[in-house]
Amino acid sequence: MIELEGLTKRFGSKTAVDHLSFQVRPGVVTGFLGPNGAGKSTTMRMMLDLDNPTSGTVRIDGKHYRDLPEPLKHIGALLDAKAMHGGRSAYHNLLCLAQSNRIPERRVGEVLDLVGLTPVAKKKSKGFSLGMGQRLGIAAALLGDPEILMFDEPVNGLDPEGILWIRNLMKGLAAEGRTIFVSSHLMSEMALTADHLIVIGQGKLLADTSMSDFIHRNSRTYVRLRSPQQEQLKDVLHGAGITAVEVPGAGALEVDGVGAERLGELAAEHRIVLHELSPQRASLEEAFMRMTADAVEYHAHAPGRPELPLPGRAADNPARPADVPAWGAGFEQARQGGE
Amino acid sequence: MSTAVLKSEWTKIRTVASTVWSLVSALVATVGISAALCWAIGATFDDLPQEQQATFDPTVMSFAGMTFGQLGMIVFGVLVVTSEYSSGMIRTSLAAVPRRGTLLLSKLAVATALALVVGLLTSFLSFFLGQAILGEHSIGIGEPNILRAVVGAGLYMALIALFSMGFATILRSAVLSLGILMPFFLMISNILSAFETTRKVSQWFPDQAGSKIMQTVPGTVETPYGPWTGLGIMVVWVLAAVLGGYLVLRKRDA
Repeated sequence: MIELEGLTKRFGSKTAVDHLSFQVRPGVVTGFLGPNGAGKSTTMRMMLDLDNPTSGTVRIDGKHYRDLPEPLKHIGALLDAKAMHGGRSAYHNLLCLAQSNRIPERRVGEVLDLVGLTPVAKKKSKGFSLGMGQRLGIAAALLGDPEILMFDEPVNGLDPEGILWIRNLMKGLAAEGRTIFVSSHLMSEMALTADHLIVIGQGKLLADTSMSDFIHRNSRTYVRLRSPQQEQLKDVLHGAGITAVEVPGAGALEVDGVGAERLGELAAEHRIVLHELSPQRASLEEAFMRMTADAVEYHAHAPGRPELPLPGRAADNPARPADVPAWGAGFEQARQGGE
Repeated sequence: MSTAVLKSEWTKIRTVASTVWSLVSALVATVGISAALCWAIGATFDDLPQEQQATFDPTVMSFAGMTFGQLGMIVFGVLVVTSEYSSGMIRTSLAAVPRRGTLLLSKLAVATALALVVGLLTSFLSFFLGQAILGEHSIGIGEPNILRAVVGAGLYMALIALFSMGFATILRSAVLSLGILMPFFLMISNILSAFETTRKVSQWFPDQAGSKIMQTVPGTVETPYGPWTGLGIMVVWVLAAVLGGYLVLRKRDA
């Protein structure tokens, strides 16, 4: 169990992590999701006591990381693939870590075997590819047979085979009852591996929910309309109090929150020809992007806060109806109300 | 400090190539250059002015190459620390041993012990080879103060290495640390010591004060401290560097 309470990190005037509070529970894979620069890595470094929080605390099994006598036996972490000394062999890189935590030397051979690096155990790690470096980092995380495992963007830069391997490894470790905390900036990756989701944007907590709940709430449905009389159709919809958003370049309109039946009837009433009337389902990736885009909007409106560029900003999102409540905002309210 | 962390640090030190070549070069440079200079002075001893013949210190002469040999110790000390930073290994190391004082002290203890062993080996080798070459102008290890000077020379090398470790912990960069330490100990300190006025300041530098321990014949230049006090002054410098390194490591984000 990992508990964060009001964790905050400021670098000068920039707040990288902003009063984060959440728990990572055992036995499941918890996905830690946020766009690049959302503060995921900083949060993970603070969890390991590598960076000092400006305020707030992290507790691992009820203790501060520094007070764990042999921390590798409690928590193993993969922060980045290059966190090993390149001039040292894979075996010796792991051996010095094992010795510092009184882990028997034979365990080094076991974890090398587990990640498939036994044939290159005596090779200097600077010659390793990104995938091999990632495997070495995972071997280091598994060294103390810890109950908690933390992976920062483990699939970044890996080939499909490597991605599949890590995905299966994480699922296997969770199935053994371990706590798995894995960060990513890809919703699609999380949807495949995580049971629970923690979403942050601009260092703030946006969601703390089960994966199935997230899917349920965020599988947004909308209707796409295409008509040769588009301007007329827009006026009609406007007249009925329905907001339609034009999809640039596609010659289509998108409507949120109104059923296809009602839209079809409206068009028929006004004798407007429709070429397309199709209910659509937004992807989870899109839902995630909306959620984090809202975080940016929120910050931009707050006085004295510089607006920082993030992917998936509302202005760039053509499918977004202008005065329908933001998805993330509604989600946020629902989440806070539910607690 | 714990035996587990000491063992781990020993594994780290013995499994990187830089340890071997930096320590070997410290030994070879000191012994080799000292031997060459002993041969040169021995061959021309009778041509020296009377005053220089009277104050000739065969012990110091047999350590003459240490000015260059200490650079190997500086490289060793700097790389022991900075290799953790250049590779990002420091995050892995601190995740394994989150008590930063324990990690730093264990690393410094193991590296300094190794530097002391190599330093003593160097000083004894350098002394005996130098004396053998000096022949009739040589001195025996049993004479007063000679053993102190030879052991002191080994201590001096270990202290230079430890000073470099503390300094590098503050700066975290090999290039920066070596770029400051090497010219300082090779040139600046020695140049300043060559002039009467600047000597008043430079005699308090760690290498100038520390090398007093190797002197067995009163020299032409007076110092306000004796051999052990001189080494003590160097120890103060070393402790300051290590303390600075600790304070920086304790507070900084890794």
